[in-house]
Amino acid sequence: MSTLETSLQTSAEPLGRNELAQLVARDIAPGSFVNLGIGQPTLVSNYLTEEQNITLHTENGMLGMGPEAVGEQIDGDLINAGKIPVTELPGASYFHHADSFAIMRGGHLDICVLGAFQVSAGGDLANWHTGAPDAIPAVGGAMDLATGAKDVFVMMTLLTRDGVSKLVEQCTYPLTGVGCVTRVYTDKAVFLTGPDGVTVRETFGCTFEELQALVPLPLKPAVS
Amino acid sequence: MLQFIDTVGEAVAGIKDGSTVMIGGFGNAGQPFELIDALLDSGATDLTVVNNNAGQGDQGLALLIKEGRVRKMICSFPRQSDSWHFDAKFKAGEIELELVPQGNLAERIRAAGAGIGGFFTPTGYGTMLAEGKETRFLDGKWQVFETPIHADVALIKALKADGKGNLVYRKTARNFGPIMAAAAKHSIVQVSEIVPVGALDPENIVTPGIYVNSIVRVASAGIAEKVA
Repeated sequence: MSTLETSLQTSAEPLGRNELAQLVARDIAPGSFVNLGIGQPTLVSNYLTEEQNITLHTENGMLGMGPEAVGEQIDGDLINAGKIPVTELPGASYFHHADSFAIMRGGHLDICVLGAFQVSAGGDLANWHTGAPDAIPAVGGAMDLATGAKDVFVMMTLLTRDGVSKLVEQCTYPLTGVGCVTRVYTDKAVFLTGPDGVTVRETFGCTFEELQALVPLPLKPAVS
Repeated sequence: MLQFIDTVGEAVAGIKDGSTVMIGGFGNAGQPFELIDALLDSGATDLTVVNNNAGQGDQGLALLIKEGRVRKMICSFPRQSDSWHFDAKFKAGEIELELVPQGNLAERIRAAGAGIGGFFTPTGYGTMLAEGKETRFLDGKWQVFETPIHADVALIKALKADGKGNLVYRKTARNFGPIMAAAAKHSIVQVSEIVPVGALDPENIVTPGIYVNSIVRVASAGIAEKVA
């Protein structure tokens, strides 16, 4: 397939963690209410601009969360979902846990960004449990975020350490949510998931054909 | 009836073996450490504890678990880097775990306080945490039936109480306090300051005193000094 017929973007190198966070940040529409999951998604906050006017939600009960607290700013009563001390921005609000989850579950958040073990072609998400028999399970707010936000973006490396694709036909890890993921940002490509299958918006450091060889499900290049 | 109690020991003295105890706090923020320590000292055992986590480090809920007082944990996120006491009990088969998605935990607690017999939610549909539960297709989505979580007692930390038991909290330490106060038959609240009736702005009351049974002043209760 000629790239002339598609709107597929390519770049020469795979993206690093920070470049990927920068890309996600750039794709968040101005004025959005956003929840960033623990771990890699938290990096996105470093690249949000003042002009974007994004309001960050933290599920332990706050809108208008600011950057991580340092030095004298550290206050044990002001933490994020990862239990890291944070700061409040002007216009912030506090609320109890049921209200905080009503914000998610009621569909009021525009975007949540989560990590993942696996995402399926149909947008199923697995990110809470490896399924190992001796593992102590812990789910937190992952299932609420996955089913409640208008858009669920996943950030992950495309391949496991063993070189196996985390974008799969069907998840083999226990599910967090069914058909909930709308975009998958990886070091090698950005994928759009939905009922019509998986579309590749951009590739990084590989061609569409090279990417298809890594992923065990049919991909389509984006068309303009 | 609302009571103002002098010591944390007296405040928890009525908690019986086998009780279901809700404990406020998300991590260390809002965790009523002094009330939990008093519960430990009281010797009450065979408890079912409802909290978001299953204890951090070597303090508070973690010690209650370490000492074998907790028969069952109902929580969303037991496993953390410093949840070693829960981890050891769980691996030894000495503690039961009911794992609940965090939003379901909050809403099930809220439902208990609001007199709701159950609700349907999309959260957890199609996952192992919804296995065996009733499902319905509502508002264009598959939803799972969830039931309220009631408790005998709630242990909560707030910033201030007035003479009517009205409460205000501080920042993200509010978390589960308001919904647990409503859900439990008897709520016990530690505050850093008790102010006269009329000293709190009625527009800014977070938990109305009708949900509060016992109040004890703990000097350090206002601000979490112990950061996770």
